[in-house]
Amino acid sequence: MNPEQHGTRPDVGQEPAPGSIVVCPDGPLIVRGDFEIVTPSGDAVPRERRTVALCRCGASAIKPYCDGTHKMIKFRTEPKGGQPPA
Amino acid sequence: MRIPDTRGPISSALFAALSKAPDAATPELDGLHRLVAGQVARTGDIIADEDIQLSLFCLYELHYSGLDGVSDAWEWEPALIRVRRLIEEPFEAALRAAARQAAGDADLPAGIAMTSDAVADVLFGLAAMNTGPSVSRFVARKASLEQLKEFLIHKSVYQLKEADPHTWAIPRLTGRAKAALVEIQADEYGGGRPERMHSALFARTMRGLGLDDTYGAYVDTIPAVSLASVNLMSLCGLNRRLRGAITGHLAIYEMTSSQPNRFYGNGFRRHGFAADVTHYFDEHVEADAVHEQIAGRDLAGGLVEAEPKLLADVLFGATAVMAIDGRVSAHLLSSWEAGETSLRAAVPAAA
Repeated sequence: MNPEQHGTRPDVGQEPAPGSIVVCPDGPLIVRGDFEIVTPSGDAVPRERRTVALCRCGASAIKPYCDGTHKMIKFRTEPKGGQPPA
Repeated sequence: MRIPDTRGPISSALFAALSKAPDAATPELDGLHRLVAGQVARTGDIIADEDIQLSLFCLYELHYSGLDGVSDAWEWEPALIRVRRLIEEPFEAALRAAARQAAGDADLPAGIAMTSDAVADVLFGLAAMNTGPSVSRFVARKASLEQLKEFLIHKSVYQLKEADPHTWAIPRLTGRAKAALVEIQADEYGGGRPERMHSALFARTMRGLGLDDTYGAYVDTIPAVSLASVNLMSLCGLNRRLRGAITGHLAIYEMTSSQPNRFYGNGFRRHGFAADVTHYFDEHVEADAVHEQIAGRDLAGGLVEAEPKLLADVLFGATAVMAIDGRVSAHLLSSWEAGETSLRAAVPAAA
């Protein structure tokens, strides 16, 4: 298996998806591609960069963006001692 | 960059050679080579050697902004590269020794094929190691205005050319790791907007405290150990054989950024500074939460998946930066707690 095809990049042989969400273990969602981040009423959320990390742990002080707090609270995305979700 | 004041025989001989044209400086270069060979053998602590670190810093600067009045033709002059390599070899050896100490009891993997996420886990683990009292907490709670200025001056040696040392590695990588480094650097350089470049944001912070944002303005006041932390990056960035190390370095830099930058911002806010000054720190809290994932998983992790033999160098880069930055932090805190300057001379009064 070509190790270059692991992880966060789509298979180079296929048409690339317009966007992707990478679920980082014990961490944020990395979002790449062509998308908007808006409030429910459609106002743009301030955005400084192309690729963003969205908070998954709920403890970020700068939501919706990650600020690394998941590391401080030892946020875990997999159940203790269990298998990763199918 | 303006040529700094000399700190000993090597920097004196180096600047004397550079004042001539490369093809007119053969005797000076031969003398410099002999001098350096003798001095690197004699120095007890090359990382803290003022004369050697300043000279190495200036030699690397020929690849960055250049030295004022020095012909760009010097950049690839073989006799000068020869001198630089004489310094690099014992410097790297000292860094490897310091890196092994910094790793301490950490159980570092070796010689097995690791997935990129497993590499990231090891790097996150290293980044989370308690490295003693924290400069960022001191800045948040206690630093005086003068100490804030000293802090910015120490950081300025790197931050005013932020990201450049890692950029060297792009042509030396392929595939996933290459794309990851470009993705991080595009953000570092402002995503196409020069005013958003991280180095530009840092310059703005310096100006907000009345400091000179010209690259190298304060180099004379910066001690060897702070120069060494930038020399480490240039060493790893400019050498293909150390491409693993520069990725481990960047991963740790990104992974140890968000929380400290939140504290730095708080420290500057405590002194009443506004967004023009604090935006640099706030930007890094958000940017580096993205970058640490990309650097750990796609860059360092992706590189190890593609070239498993580079694992040891990735870990060297990571632990070397922990060691050097640990020394810089210890120096800052011991100076400040004693009410003394952490610079080689007190900061000149603001214009």
